[in-house]
Amino acid sequence: MAKRLGKADREQPDPGTNGDITRREALEGIAGTVGAVIATTIPVGVAAQAAASTPTQATVALAAPARLMGAPTSAVGTRSPFAPPAGRTPVGNPVGSSLTPLHSLSGSITPSDLHFERHHAGVPAIDPATHKLVIHGLVDRPLSLSVDDIRRFPQVTRVHFVECSGNGRPVWVSPAPDMTPQRTDGLTSNSEWTGVPLATLFREAGAQAAASWFLAEGGDACMMTRSVPMDKAFDDALVVWAQNGEPLRPEQGFPLRLLLPGWEGNANVKWLRRLELGTKPWMTRWETSKYTDPLKDGTARIFSLVMDAKSIITTPSVPTKLSGHGWRSVSGIAWSGRGRITRVEVSADGGATWHDAELQGIVHPKAHTRFAMMWNWDGSGTVLLSRATDETGYVQPTRKALMDARGSGTDYHNNAIRGWRVEPDGGVYFHWET
Amino acid sequence: MPNGEIGGQRSEVRGLGFSLLCVAAMAACQMADDGDRGAPATYGLGTPATAAEVAALNTDVAPDGQGLPPGSGDAEKGAALYAAQCASCHGAKGEGAPGNPPGPVLVGREPREGFNFGNDPKLVRTIGNYWPEATTLFDYIKRTMPLSAPGSLSDSDVYSLTAHLLAANEILPAGASLDSASLMAVTMPAKDKFVPDNRRGGSGAVR
Repeated sequence: MAKRLGKADREQPDPGTNGDITRREALEGIAGTVGAVIATTIPVGVAAQAAASTPTQATVALAAPARLMGAPTSAVGTRSPFAPPAGRTPVGNPVGSSLTPLHSLSGSITPSDLHFERHHAGVPAIDPATHKLVIHGLVDRPLSLSVDDIRRFPQVTRVHFVECSGNGRPVWVSPAPDMTPQRTDGLTSNSEWTGVPLATLFREAGAQAAASWFLAEGGDACMMTRSVPMDKAFDDALVVWAQNGEPLRPEQGFPLRLLLPGWEGNANVKWLRRLELGTKPWMTRWETSKYTDPLKDGTARIFSLVMDAKSIITTPSVPTKLSGHGWRSVSGIAWSGRGRITRVEVSADGGATWHDAELQGIVHPKAHTRFAMMWNWDGSGTVLLSRATDETGYVQPTRKALMDARGSGTDYHNNAIRGWRVEPDGGVYFHWET
Repeated sequence: MPNGEIGGQRSEVRGLGFSLLCVAAMAACQMADDGDRGAPATYGLGTPATAAEVAALNTDVAPDGQGLPPGSGDAEKGAALYAAQCASCHGAKGEGAPGNPPGPVLVGREPREGFNFGNDPKLVRTIGNYWPEATTLFDYIKRTMPLSAPGSLSDSDVYSLTAHLLAANEILPAGASLDSASLMAVTMPAKDKFVPDNRRGGSGAVR
């Protein structure tokens, strides 16, 4: 054939040219024995669907689903066996993290079971029937609230990302061409959260005007504690119990989690059990020796809680190999801890020229926003980059600008522009020289 | 209304969008306020937290000494406790140990001059060269360590371990004893190195 075929075309059988089974023969085979098929081969059909991973007679036949009774209803759905999820990695560490497979996701919501994890003493098993949230300190009415109590307050539902301040740290410390978006930035995830404004709970307890900080404590084995300025409580902080329409996952803090929209993940204390109001930060290990940012002038930032605006192209990216030149969608996610994303620019020439990408869906403040742009690749080597702007006018900086400002020894809060180098053979490699 | 009243949902979360709205149109604020009408001062939910309930949970220790318990310990007892309960993860001398994740390094005063962590990625943060508050050490050991049995150490054991680690970092003399008053009197080497976050939104300089 003279016509150059794309990958999708090549996978279609070419009728009459060779000995492979064709779509027509497969369909005729089913039609000829339709009564017997319905009566006896439903389990076989389902099993074949599960087992099939290459274009075989089974997959061709299933292209006409109306001719074959499908699987029955089920209580909890499962993903298509043809598209098993790229899972979180690495797994098996009670003290450690697992990363969201950003390169395999679409849209802006992270499936709850793929939300990244970061645990400092594993995932506790907490019975919501006995769990309490205690509010005390500088309050007029120290309160003990059950999960049921908390669900009776006025509720809100909001879409927000949670990002570990260490997201992008491996890029800063040891960048490598084979890094996937999961490895570079998989410590961010985006969910629809349901809960009660923290301000409502503080009002209920009679928070005193003198209170300027509060301590949030988790019920895990390390009793995670973080100090948070009271202003955040009266801005947009929530105590949430639901994620994407169902109870929080245990890895995300079931039954209650503090949600501080746009602020570093660690302060969004999971398994929340205690809130203490006071006048100064407690200077816990996490906010002093751990999540602080040394600077080149011989100081270190403390309580650097806001996550700066950031973006990353997730398609194409490692581990994809481009199947041929021509048009394709370039897509990714952008987010800012200071508000809405207002603009994402994409460059297909290493930053020489930039083009506005389309922001897709509703752009929520402090939430992942999907961006996309069509690109007609001419087959030559190039670099794809993305650059986010948020509603304050903040523009995602280059690696050089960020390193010049902070020094090479700081590594949290890495939001610099990053991208993908595309080779003429379609190979895609992580690009960090921005 | 024989069956109660409705309309108590209060617009608690306002944030940036609401503030801008207020500047732009006072009418919008009036509408938002109307939505608050009918909200009670409190919803009367939950139960009072008793003093005992709070005391059982409130084990944190703050830099002003709030939460430091009675009792005392010394570095010699702390060294024995450390060898038995801590060295397997943190190394015999606090030099860290391999693992997944590696056991953190606890002891070290280098660099003695300056605080060059921002420019030298190879520098390792320790209690002696990076932690700004000594109370953090007590708080963290008491509530979180040892990793396999957090909360199992007595307050005196925690004072002893804190004394040992401060002595190993040359912040207290060898063999020093420690109680709440002497712990609050400790000034850590990195105490004055921490600065507020100066990053801002907008189009200003990269920070």
